Amino acid sequence: MAERLRGFARWETALVLLLVLVAIVGQLRTGGAFLSSGNLFYLGLDIGEIALIALPLTLVVVSGEIDLSVASVLGLSSALIGELWDAGWTLEMIVPTVIAIGALCGAVNGLLVTRLGLPSLAVTIGTLALYRGLALVVLGDRAVADFPGSYTRFGTTPVPGTSLPYPILLCAVLAIGFAITLHFSSFGRSVYAIGANEEGARFSGVRVKRVKFILFVLTGATAALAGIVYTFRFSSARADNGAGLELAVVAAVLLGGVSIFGGRGTLGGVLAGVLLLGGLRNLLILDDVSTEILTVVTGLLLLVSVLAPSLTTRIRSSSTGRSLS
Amino acid sequence: MTTRPAITTLVLLLSGAVALTGCGGTSKNSAQTAATAPGGTAAANPNAAMKQGLKITFLPKQVNNPYFTVAQTGAGKAASAIKAELKATGPSDASASSQVTYINTAAQQKQDGLVLSANDANAVAPALKTARSQGLKVVTFDSDAAPDARDVFVNQATAKEIAAVQVKMIADATGGSGEIAILSATPNATNQNAWIEIMKTELAKPANSGLKLVETAYGNDDDQTSFQKTQGLLQAHPNLKGIVSPTTVGIAAAARYLSSSEYKGKVALTGLGTPNQMRKFVQDGTVKSFALWDPSKLGYLATYAAAALASGQITGASGEKFKAGDLGEYTVGDKGELVLGPPTEFTKDNIDQFDF
Repeated sequence: MAERLRGFARWETALVLLLVLVAIVGQLRTGGAFLSSGNLFYLGLDIGEIALIALPLTLVVVSGEIDLSVASVLGLSSALIGELWDAGWTLEMIVPTVIAIGALCGAVNGLLVTRLGLPSLAVTIGTLALYRGLALVVLGDRAVADFPGSYTRFGTTPVPGTSLPYPILLCAVLAIGFAITLHFSSFGRSVYAIGANEEGARFSGVRVKRVKFILFVLTGATAALAGIVYTFRFSSARADNGAGLELAVVAAVLLGGVSIFGGRGTLGGVLAGVLLLGGLRNLLILDDVSTEILTVVTGLLLLVSVLAPSLTTRIRSSSTGRSLS
Repeated sequence: MTTRPAITTLVLLLSGAVALTGCGGTSKNSAQTAATAPGGTAAANPNAAMKQGLKITFLPKQVNNPYFTVAQTGAGKAASAIKAELKATGPSDASASSQVTYINTAAQQKQDGLVLSANDANAVAPALKTARSQGLKVVTFDSDAAPDARDVFVNQATAKEIAAVQVKMIADATGGSGEIAILSATPNATNQNAWIEIMKTELAKPANSGLKLVETAYGNDDDQTSFQKTQGLLQAHPNLKGIVSPTTVGIAAAARYLSSSEYKGKVALTGLGTPNQMRKFVQDGTVKSFALWDPSKLGYLATYAAAALASGQITGASGEKFKAGDLGEYTVGDKGELVLGPPTEFTKDNIDQFDF
């Protein structure tokens, strides 16, 4: 246990060092524009939805499952906001309704995975298409954009007196909640136990299905919340909003040091991963690096993030002369 | 901490997030958004000198799209003519929100002008408004953003001009009499439907009384379907003299069918196409002429407009005039709109001057 923690402390240290490196290089390359309050505000806006969804998804991946339908839930949530707003609903009614429907989407994923015992990869690839399809049914190819400025300002202006975007404030509050849940509660310990050894966890009295079900519901609800943030940020409700975002979120979670096989990873690492991917992207664009290079760099980082933990494990185990069964 | 309190905390946090969105009922009907356009307060000075060393960002719908690559060469020509520094950048996908990061970056880089074709009129609007409040001049071309989010929109051609040039070409090619058909994109394509409506009024004019529109077919902007629909039109109407296809996919498919059939040279074909896809059909005589606006001129004019805005020659108000290099003088129309001009007609004589 202690050794495992040390190993991952190292990966997170590496991430923080990389972040510092990106910041220094960024400052030098852009003549100080990178860390200016204006640019940090935009950086915060750009990673807002990814950071939000990464929070519950971290728990899902630690438990050994995956949810690829998150971006489609975001799109469905955006489409519903547009349709309900057009129908004359108040935003105070729309917001809770949309989050509840997001939770329902998550519950469907959770039921299919836990009750029917289907692999979450297959289930959520299916619901990825299903929820996006429903979003198109709800709103078609229309775009609803006449939201009042008193709401869209949450997505376009900083918290007064700071350069902190509202979505990041929201994300910080939720991050504390998820961090306590994952790292300081018995629920969190069961999440790790399930990811490390599901059979063992079950025999130790962990209610595996219930825990997983709750994680999928939380993920659905948070993805819908991210959909609300996204819609107000662009003041545009569309069925294709956030298409492809699931890959960015999964990339950030894996880069953050969460093992794709479950059982390992920390929320702090994931937040560093989100910040690193977002910061690097922001820097490359600010420095006029072409989009193709941007995609290549992101891909390489992801590969490194998947390879590095398994390589360090292999090196450590061979140096201590123990083999991993 | 046991399971239950931890989850309760999370649920509370999520509901807290809901509460954060505010209280009091805001619905579509009660919300009154005050639409005040930023900027446009300073007066235009038509005699102001074109500033040198302007920094202009060119932002297409997506990079590596041939149409926008040609527009970019035009923008580059304009930039070197006025000694401006042009930076081309953009997203690799054309989704609604993918341009926003690039708009924010242009503002951060303290650029003077932004020339963009909007993927989504509304999704880019908040970012454009913020950028404009920081002094960036915004010109849209090809696809407009919300009018209060940009200074000037450069329209490729008016719907009337696009419709008129196609009727004129089919009248020329058929000798002004006989049955004609239209091969369009999808039945609900906004642009095509608008053009077809205007074409019908053009055809109703006495000058075109010899032409009779017998059918409008829809190839769904799919190569295979358009190919089959062309075949169908020719079989259903043995006296057909000409086909108008106001879509680049349709005209290319129809030309491919005609060029290898007995109808080649007997049934005229015209419409909207790109020189590269139509070159061999013009050379082998299947098609006499077709039209499209020149995207490089579009990029050229949009870049000039951005420079004119940044130099204070225009503010985007209706009636202002400025000189756009080789293209001559332009006047800003209603709602800050500039029209490039009538579409370019391509024939055997000029097609080799174009590469897009």
